[in-house]
Amino acid sequence: MRYVTPLKAAEGLGSAHTGTQHHWAMTVSACALVLLTPAFLLVVGNAIGLPQEGVIAYFGRPYPAIVTALFVIVGMVHFIKGTRIMIDDYFHHTARKVAIIVSVIFSWAVIAAAVYALVKMAFVTIVI
Amino acid sequence: MADVNRGNRPLSPHLQVYKLPVAAVTSIMTRITGHALVAGILLLVWWLVAAVSSPGAFACADWVVRSWIGFVVLAGSTWALWYHTLAGIRHLFYDAGIGLEIEQARNSSWIIIIGSVILTLLSIIIFFLA
Repeated sequence: MRYVTPLKAAEGLGSAHTGTQHHWAMTVSACALVLLTPAFLLVVGNAIGLPQEGVIAYFGRPYPAIVTALFVIVGMVHFIKGTRIMIDDYFHHTARKVAIIVSVIFSWAVIAAAVYALVKMAFVTIVI
Repeated sequence: MADVNRGNRPLSPHLQVYKLPVAAVTSIMTRITGHALVAGILLLVWWLVAAVSSPGAFACADWVVRSWIGFVVLAGSTWALWYHTLAGIRHLFYDAGIGLEIEQARNSSWIIIIGSVILTLLSIIIFFLA
């Protein structure tokens, strides 16, 4: 028996203690991705089919590199928060915690791999 | 009074016995496409990392990307991306309290389905023409 009224639980940031933070983060990243999605599709569409040196030179340029980096970073952060909702719905107890940890580690590994490739391409392409 | 008929009562209709309305199908498809997109992003990031690893690694990744498997994954991902984008835009409208009537939700569902197919075909046409 909890001697707490429902109002007490709903006050401030509510029972989750994070308020609408998750929802707002999804709204902001969704708006960013609406802009990034067509840009990223065009960038990748132009790159597929190039030889290896061509791919490196292409992503060594600022626009393709920045669009790709933003899409992967914002997309995977959106993905972490999206999978979190799915995990909260279908997984419970320890399985839920494990799934959240796996999702976060996996997503940041994807971000790190993409950023590493783009940074290396940028350095290879620098012409002084 | 104890309920003597506990095991034999008609059950409350569950999700599976309904024919899902189109708005419910497009709603769950948003979640499915969002998660399935992981395949496309993994393939592309692998391809990017392979390009800065070695000629052998790039040849392998590039072969997969340009094979029929790569085409299926990337074309499927393109559709999933457009679908998720359109459904996400609808969600932003829902959040603003717009389009929540049944008829409106049904119409927006068909816009998402048809629109995602058209945008995917356009993307593929542009890709092969450019």
